[in-house]
Amino acid sequence: MKFALLIRLDEAAQAAEAKAKGVEHPPVSPAYAAYAQAAVEAGVMRGGQRLRPSSTATTVRVRDGQTHVLDGPYAEAKEQLGGVFLIEAATLEEAVQWAAKCPGAATGALEVRAVWE
Amino acid sequence: MTPAHTAAAQAARSGYGKLLAYLAAQTRDLAEAEDALADAFAKALDAWPRTGVPASPEAWLLTAARNRWLDGLRRKRVRSDARDHLTLALDEAQAQAETHHDIPDQRLRLIFACAHPAIAPPARAPMILQTVLGFDAKAIASAFLVAPAAMAQRLVRAKAKIRDAGIPFAIPERADLAERLDAALDAVYTVFTRGWGDPLGADPESRGLAEEAIWLGRLIAQVLPDEPEPKGLLALMLHAHARRAARRDLGGRFVPLDAQDVSLWDRPMLHEAEALIHQAAAAGRPARFQLEAAIQSAHAARAFTGQADWAAVVILYDGLVAMTGSVVAAINRAVALSRSEGPAQGLAALDAVAEDPRLADYQPYWAARADLLARTGDKAAAAAAYDRAIGLEFDPALRDFLQERRAGLG
Repeated sequence: MKFALLIRLDEAAQAAEAKAKGVEHPPVSPAYAAYAQAAVEAGVMRGGQRLRPSSTATTVRVRDGQTHVLDGPYAEAKEQLGGVFLIEAATLEEAVQWAAKCPGAATGALEVRAVWE
Repeated sequence: MTPAHTAAAQAARSGYGKLLAYLAAQTRDLAEAEDALADAFAKALDAWPRTGVPASPEAWLLTAARNRWLDGLRRKRVRSDARDHLTLALDEAQAQAETHHDIPDQRLRLIFACAHPAIAPPARAPMILQTVLGFDAKAIASAFLVAPAAMAQRLVRAKAKIRDAGIPFAIPERADLAERLDAALDAVYTVFTRGWGDPLGADPESRGLAEEAIWLGRLIAQVLPDEPEPKGLLALMLHAHARRAARRDLGGRFVPLDAQDVSLWDRPMLHEAEALIHQAAAAGRPARFQLEAAIQSAHAARAFTGQADWAAVVILYDGLVAMTGSVVAAINRAVALSRSEGPAQGLAALDAVAEDPRLADYQPYWAARADLLARTGDKAAAAAAYDRAIGLEFDPALRDFLQERRAGLG
């Protein structure tokens, strides 16, 4: 089965960290790189991407023939979608194990969702 | 929460496992016994803050549970013979509680039912946590890294199995005891290791799991004084638990075993563990937990002699590998060998198990490999192994520690 691990991060905390380091965006942490590589080596990684901050989001909606294009994410929340991994796991349990190992789980939260197949 | 409410909650909680074990053993229906007791506890928490905690809280709770159960039986129109049997069992339970102001402690029987061979191994420790110790399914799910709905389902299935397969609430007969005891001890040790990963108790949901497991270990060792393995397990847990305060520094950073400040190790607990190992050895039946306790004892030697007895650790792991064929024991043996004979020898021993496909995502293997490679001076291979170990680690403190080690390779 394929599972999406949706990484929810507190962007305010990330921005503060970037500022402290004097960079515009914090680079991918070595722990994240190690996690992704370990998932590749274990043969479970099926893909994944890190997303730019939600402040760069554009939201598109078509209603009654009208197209609405808005700056910003669909909903304001404390934690925003920061990235996604797609993994192959035999069971939800296995997927949850991988989610718990993701460095994002220690600072934000991971949402584990099975993929329709 | 008022003090009366807290007192009521405490009185209620301390009796939970004992009452459930007794009710379940009498009626052979664990799930119904849980429902009836849950209802009785809710009534108690409502009534006791007003009326005060009764002289015999257990009898009060048992009566409330019995009444609620009998009501349910009447409503559900259970077949009359089944109802008669249950009514009889419940009446007997109540009479016992009222006349003796005490009920027999049958928690060990409940442990044996939960760890019965017919119960799926991943359900055994969670079942003990829920029934004997009264943990809720959500906390158990977190401790086992399982979705709460899946854990709830696992528990429901196990209870149905106990009922439908007629699994007895009994201490096994002599002929079966050794094998059945292994399963029960294994489940208790699983509870302990689930609490072990959280040495500061930072996670409120896993707080106390290690202490609860030690309590269960004491219970089993007391009820079965002639069996050496319960003493071995208890000694193993006490040895590990004695080092609790030394496993993190003041900043919350991970401290590996050989760098721990031995003055922080709990001496009385170490002494108790040592005494248990000797008592167990007198039976002349060495087995897994006694060996594992002896290994911890060889590590603890550093508190008394200034250094761990690595040669003894290697020999003990040899025994454990021969006895269990465990790849985990083989990895630990390789690490011990690197301490007694040098990193190259340790690495060679690790290479001997490297082909096992289960190691691809087994973090301790990669952490051990990284350390041994670093000590042989193979920096590039060590860095790659550290990355693998970092990527597979759950615990942020341990992840930071490994990252520091990797950065220290130069």
